[in-house]
Amino acid sequence: MNDIHDELVRIVGAAYVSRAGEELYLYGRDQGVQPPGRPDYVVLPATTEEVRRIVLLAGENGVPVVPMGGGLVLSGLTVPLKGGIVLDMKRMNRILEVNELSHYCVVEAGTTQGALQAYLARRHPALKHSVPDAPPVATIAGNVAIHGSGHLSQSEGGFHSEMVTGLEVVLPTGEVCRLGSCSTVDKWFSRAPLPDLAGLFLGWNGTTGVITKVGMKLFPSFPLKDVLMFMTEDIDAVPEVISRIVSTEMGEDITFFVTPKPAYFDGFQMTNVHIVARTPREMKLRQALVRESVQPYLDRKEAGFLPLPAHMKVNLLAAPQKSLSEFADIRKGGGFEYVGSIMPVESIPGAYRAGLGIAARNGVTYSMGARVVGRGHAVMFYYAFPFNRADEAELQSVRHALEAANRAALDLGGIPWKTEVAGQRMILARMDPATVALMERLRALLDPNGIMNPGNWEVAP
Amino acid sequence: MPLNYADFNCPSYLQYRFESFTAGGRMWLIRAWQQGEIKAGERLAQILFTCVTCKNCVQTCAMPGIREQLVDIFMAAKGELVEQGLVPPSIRDYLKAMQTHGNPYKRPDAERARWAEGLDLPRYSGQAYLFYVGDEGAFDELGIGMARSVARLLGQAGVDFGILGEAETSDGNDVRAAGEEGLARALAETLTAKLNDLGVKKVVTLSPHAFNIMKTDYPAWGGAFAVEHWTQVVARRVRALAPAETALKVAFHDPCYLGRWQGEYEAPRALLRAVPGLTLLEMPRNRQNALCCGGGGGNFFTDILGHGGDQAARVRVREAAETGAAVLAVACPLCLKMLDDAVKAEGLDDRLAVRDLATLLLAMR
Repeated sequence: MNDIHDELVRIVGAAYVSRAGEELYLYGRDQGVQPPGRPDYVVLPATTEEVRRIVLLAGENGVPVVPMGGGLVLSGLTVPLKGGIVLDMKRMNRILEVNELSHYCVVEAGTTQGALQAYLARRHPALKHSVPDAPPVATIAGNVAIHGSGHLSQSEGGFHSEMVTGLEVVLPTGEVCRLGSCSTVDKWFSRAPLPDLAGLFLGWNGTTGVITKVGMKLFPSFPLKDVLMFMTEDIDAVPEVISRIVSTEMGEDITFFVTPKPAYFDGFQMTNVHIVARTPREMKLRQALVRESVQPYLDRKEAGFLPLPAHMKVNLLAAPQKSLSEFADIRKGGGFEYVGSIMPVESIPGAYRAGLGIAARNGVTYSMGARVVGRGHAVMFYYAFPFNRADEAELQSVRHALEAANRAALDLGGIPWKTEVAGQRMILARMDPATVALMERLRALLDPNGIMNPGNWEVAP
Repeated sequence: MPLNYADFNCPSYLQYRFESFTAGGRMWLIRAWQQGEIKAGERLAQILFTCVTCKNCVQTCAMPGIREQLVDIFMAAKGELVEQGLVPPSIRDYLKAMQTHGNPYKRPDAERARWAEGLDLPRYSGQAYLFYVGDEGAFDELGIGMARSVARLLGQAGVDFGILGEAETSDGNDVRAAGEEGLARALAETLTAKLNDLGVKKVVTLSPHAFNIMKTDYPAWGGAFAVEHWTQVVARRVRALAPAETALKVAFHDPCYLGRWQGEYEAPRALLRAVPGLTLLEMPRNRQNALCCGGGGGNFFTDILGHGGDQAARVRVREAAETGAAVLAVACPLCLKMLDDAVKAEGLDDRLAVRDLATLLLAMR
């Protein structure tokens, strides 16, 4: 193992390789409830060439490689289940290009959401990217790799993986590949019209290669922002409410949440509609059309728009939302589990009822909600369970709640998102066997030495 | 648009880039250490002592209730390592110098008045203010220049003040930030007793570091006097200075102990705005989000953070140069030295000059 360490030092320099107990401890876990692992090395590459040499070295020696961005996935996807090298990609943080006319950017894989957001605001204020409600140290590449979504997912085309215009990846066998238009011309504008190979690296939890560069769509940034909060008292009404609002095409971000605290929210469902506009006149028109879309509910006095004080609007309009981070620590003790499922809009009432039951049966605090992805094509429904890590019983309750939430999502016609190994097996057990076989064949082809994040997306342990 | 996350602005993370050197990483490791999951050793000491106590994590952490305590927790953990004798050599040498010489420069107290030679400043004898210059103002070459400028500026602004001269002793702020709470208290009690005996009612400090500990902690440790930073005192009298017009473009660097620790962002800017024609430029990271120069936590004296292009001070002067400013103005003697060195290391000397605000204002007279 000394040889591998020495070789890693030759590749990235001694300052950026660690096998100290402190780093092996920290990079062996995340904030969720999955059991920790233990890497053998933590390595911080700065270039694609360094990644290529590390992967080659790992392949020659049969050492697992676990790529990591912000490490915020909460479901253990960057926990090295079989040891090996954790590749912390955040030194690769250059913003390489912003194309103002074709509305895309090219960033290195370790570029964070916050860094890109700040960069665009400062240098290209007419453009923005879709920001997930994760802490700003979440990386662009990590988020697209897990099919993340964000504040433009409803209005601008879906999951962040669908906003990818190109990728540069290092294959498990050491080749560097460019996917999308950048494979053929020196522009990163589109994945079409070529065979769409980017999908081989999106949603695979780092089991098929290491993403080193990402081309990402950008969108116009409007000067005026406002938010409307529509409150209903009947969960079964929510899918239609969302559908009506989405169909106006006037909202930028559309989210839904329920929470037992503060008490005045208990028993109600809140649908937030973010509206952006270029002029006050346009804003008024957009607001009016959104209001009009739910007029029947207002006429029947079954629901209403909540008056929002200015400070609440500021919080609601922030991207990313800080409220979930604050909620994450409500139990104190450093534990937070966030279970997401991608499901059709009509599954919201079932997911809500299942969530209430799961929280009650397991005695855990909860927050639930959903973000509309695409023009109502799907929602990312989440259950959030904060817990005290020092309380083993509470930790166990959250593990049970997590498993139950994954099962409920599948039963309701949804699919657990960025799920931990147990959830992945749950999905694979229900997946078309031909699809499972195709996944296995692709993996075997791309990663003949089985070094990439082993333990993930595997039928058998 | 603020960079709103601790890790972007944490000087030690910028330098080392492992998650262990972030605020969150430190918290996980302290917990693991307390629970016996890891053992304290050289690496943990490096991770903890490279926290420069800039409080950026406190400013940007999303977790209410814990964020306010982050730096206190890191300082307490340093203290525990000091107790256990697990201190990096440079920190050990710094603390030893403070213990034996009473200052990190290992100079005799008799030399503490040399900064004021030729200025004809009165010793404190009941004036409205005592002007306290601290270790850097007494012994550091750039700090001495700044102390002299501030003294002249105070005089020109009509402030009635005296100095302690060779009777000054260290304030203890950075000793505490390096984990030696006991020594910090001893230094503080010595100085407090001296000022109380002299009947001092108001102190004006050269350094934001001294300002911080005197304002926050001295009252509980027996200090019976008010304290202000010199920029606050002069800002109230800026009209008396009547600075001359200039076309200079100036960027201002917020010192952590004046800004994030004590919430004062406006006084230094008011001084710059009072200069007719001067253009005040803001770096993208300013006020609460300002990037620290890396000089806190004892690093100014120990260099435990190390060098290279990722050093916070070097990142900071590159940011300042990008604004197009010809001058990077500072209000702290530690920032002055850190950033002046960084300008040279970056080869920016021909484009950017680092100046303390007092010297800059005097040049406008």
